[in-house]
This record gives sequence, structure tokens and C-alpha cells, in this order.
Amino acid sequence: MNPASTFLAVGTDPGFSGRLSSTTIQIEWRDDRSNALKNGRKSIMDLLSRFYFFYSRIIKTIKIYLLLAGPGLIVMIADNDAGGITTYAATGAKFGFSLIWFLVLLGPVAYFVQEMTVRLGAVTKHGHAEAIFSAFGSFWGWFSLLDLTIVNWLTMITEFIGMTAALSIFGVPPIIVVFFVILVMVSIVMSGRYWTWEKITMVFCLVNLIYIPAALLVHPSISDILRAGIVPNFPGGLHGELFFFLMANIGTTIAPWMIFFQQSAVVDKQMKEKDIPWGKFDTIVGAFFTVIVAVFVIIVTGTVLYGMNIESAAQAAQVIMGTHPWVGTLVAIGLFDAGFLGAICIALTSSWAFGEVFGWAHSLNYKVKEAFWFYIFYFFGLLTAGAVVLIPGAPLVLITLFVQVIAVTLLPAALVFLIILLNNEEIMGKYKNTLFDNITNITIVVCIIAVSSVYGISTLFPNLFG
Amino acid sequence: MVTFESVFGERIGSVIHESTDKITRINQKYATPKIKMSAGVKFALLLLRLYLIFLVGLLAYKFWTIVHGGT
Repeated sequence: MNPASTFLAVGTDPGFSGRLSSTTIQIEWRDDRSNALKNGRKSIMDLLSRFYFFYSRIIKTIKIYLLLAGPGLIVMIADNDAGGITTYAATGAKFGFSLIWFLVLLGPVAYFVQEMTVRLGAVTKHGHAEAIFSAFGSFWGWFSLLDLTIVNWLTMITEFIGMTAALSIFGVPPIIVVFFVILVMVSIVMSGRYWTWEKITMVFCLVNLIYIPAALLVHPSISDILRAGIVPNFPGGLHGELFFFLMANIGTTIAPWMIFFQQSAVVDKQMKEKDIPWGKFDTIVGAFFTVIVAVFVIIVTGTVLYGMNIESAAQAAQVIMGTHPWVGTLVAIGLFDAGFLGAICIALTSSWAFGEVFGWAHSLNYKVKEAFWFYIFYFFGLLTAGAVVLIPGAPLVLITLFVQVIAVTLLPAALVFLIILLNNEEIMGKYKNTLFDNITNITIVVCIIAVSSVYGISTLFPNLFG
Repeated sequence: MVTFESVFGERIGSVIHESTDKITRINQKYATPKIKMSAGVKFALLLLRLYLIFLVGLLAYKFWTIVHGGT
């Protein structure tokens, strides 16, 4: 008999009133138990339905995110390009885990700068190059466009240096690497759909996480990482060499091409104002992963190569190969992937910028014959940058150093324009910078300009700061 | 009259001619900055110019020292 029917049976008993005192408790108890069970069932059903609703929302949110994810994630992970991986590898080898905290701090810095490009792109529907021309006139426009083109081209050379050096560890000749890389990069963009390009590039972004298993394979000491890496410290005091490494890490975190790339990608993806929160979230996820990759590179080299002077990630991979063949292989693959991601994004950045200013069709949603000059520019940039690496005796080290100096001439301008544009109510409307945005962003921009300038100058005059 | 076509030949000359025309049109299109030149904006742009002049000066000095046998 179920509790409900028991209650009814007792309630209709003619002798019920005579046995009131003894039965009431029983009835009430039965009543309570019945209600509790009913409530229990109800609450379980309620809990299940709530869980299902929550689960559906999560799945729906993930689906929406996967549709809108892209520019932020790609730009942030591509930020860990060949030069970036080299910087992290050298930092880990030199200072062990001691500067992990510093790299963690650089994540939010990168986010706050890149988040502005999401808003600017989504509101104006113009890339950064076009926005500068339009807002500040042709002098600043040409300066930014030409400087960007030079910096990007030189940076692409460094990406090819990284890729050829990485695969030379496996005995692949540079000419084969350059040929196949250009072939793959051209094939990816020729699909005529931005979406296809973006999702293929995101697969390469996933490969960038290869440093996580590499770090696990070297069995790092977790206690050492926590003890040395989490609490802010300057190993050996704030001396000239450490300062140079700090500047180099900041320099790899924010590069001029990133600002132009993300804004153009947001426009090409046709993101609207309502998509800004998703664009911001995408950038946060990207910043998280860029820090994760950087930290794990440091863990690898800090564990295996601590105390060594490493000049390139390829050299690090080669040395690691001697003691940990699998780890060396993963580091080399990661370096190749980093160079690949960097080159594909940087080449596109220049094409987008020129297309915006010259009025060419400049979208990955166009077929080659519809946006001929856009694709020619992309192809020409890759081809010439790749060709430089193949020239015997080309001054590759000088080029690598020169990139830092030229980047310093463009980065402050691009950042200042960004801040000014984001503060213009006519352009941005309700999406303009808030007071908090301005305090955060102006502080970050001033610090980046100061540090990158000192870094650029110290590259020109190595003995200036001791 | 010397034209691009007469110097570089018909085909290359016309490409250069079209490019210079295009650049002229871009310069005309963006001749006037659209952003309101408030005191803050003017000051930021002035600082930017000074900063770039300083950097170009440093680059020129470095070039001069390399040419004259320095490092």
C-alpha cells in the first residue's frame, strides 16, 4: 500500500475519532512521510530537469563559442611564434622556473590590448590600417602601412628560420621545408571560405599545446615549480641580463601585427556589436593558452637545460634530443608549428591591410579570381620571405635583431592610435573605453612603449645598459 | 614629355601609372583626418612624432657608426 492510499484508508475509517490521539501521530507521520516522498520525487525531478537545462545551456554555449571562436584564440596562440618559443626556451634555460610568474602576468596584458581590437573591428567594420588612414589621415596611414609591411616581412623571415631549423633536426633540407610550407599555406587560404581557413588554423593552434606532454615527459619537480615560479622574484637581483630577458618576453607578448590581425579577422568574420562579449571571451581563452604554452616551454628547458645559454629553440631541441629524444622531437615539432602559425597569420595581416587601403577585395570569403591582388600579396610575401632563408650566407641573425628595432617604431604608434580611437564617442558609441579600461590600457600601453623602446635601443647598442 | 610608359615600356609603364594614380586617389580620400583633433589627441600625436624622430636619429647614428667601422 502506498502512503497516499494508507492516508485515505485511515481518514475514512468510522472509528477514526475514537482512536484520535494514538492515530493522529501515525496519520501525521504517514502524511509527512508521504509528502516528503512526494517532495523528494518532485525535488529529484526538479534537480534532474535543472541539470538537463544547465547541461543544454552549456552545450549550446560551447556550440556558439565554437562558431564564434577564432580571431582571439588564433592571434594569441600565434603570438607564441618561432621567436616567442625561442625567447621562452632561452628564459627557461637561463633562469629555470624563476620567471614563470612574470609570464603569467603577461597574459592579462595581452588580453587588455587585444580586446580593444575586437571592439574596434566589430563596431567600425574596418581593419586597423583603414581605421588609421580614415581617422588620422594619409601621413600616419602610410607610415603605419609601410612600417607594418616591413616588420611583417622581416618577422616572416624569422618564422621561416624557425621552421627550417626545426625540421633540419630531422634531416629535412630547408628548400623542401620552404616549398611545402608555402604550398600548404596557399592551399589553406584558397578554399574561399574564412570559416575553413579559421578551423584549419585552429588545428595548428592545438598542435602548439605539444609542449604540455613534452613537459610531462621530463618529469619536472612540481614543488620546485611552485616554490621558484609562483612567487614573484628576480633571480640574482634586477641586473642587466635579467632585464634584457624580461624585455624580450614583453616584446614577444605584444607585436604590432597582432593588433592589425585581430581587427581585420574580426571584420572578415563579420562579427557584430552583439558578438563583442564572445570576441572578448575568445581572447581570454587565447590569452590563457598562450600563457600555458609559454609556461610549459619554460618548464621543459628549465628542467633539462637549466644553466645553459640557449640562442634558439632549435638549438634547445637539438641539445634535448641527446638525453630525451622524444622531448627533443616534440620541442622541434612545436617550433615548426609555431613558425607556421606565425607566418600564416602575419602574411594575412599584410594582405588584409593593403586590401583595406587600396580598396581591393580583401576577404578569405572570396575565391582567388575575385580577390586576385589580396591573394597575390599574401603569396608574394610568403615566397620572398621563404626565399631569403634559402640564400646562402644571408644575414639571418642581423635580420632577427632588426625585427625588434623596426617593431619598436610601429608598436607605440599602433597602440596610441588604438587608445585614441577607442576613446572616440563618434566612432565607438557606447562601446568606447570606460574609465577602468583607460586606466588599465593606458598604463599597459605606456609600460609596453617604455620597455619595448629600451629593448629596441639595447638591441642597437648592446653595451648601453651594461 | 617623359612618361612612365616611355621610360619603362608600355605594359610596365601603365602598371606604374595606375599605381601612382591609385596612391594619389588614396591620399585625396584620406587627406583630412576624420577624428576630432582635441588637445589630447594633438599632444599624443606630437609625442609620437618626437619619439619617431628620436628613433630614426638613433638608427641613423647606428648606421653612421657601422659605416665608420664601429659595432
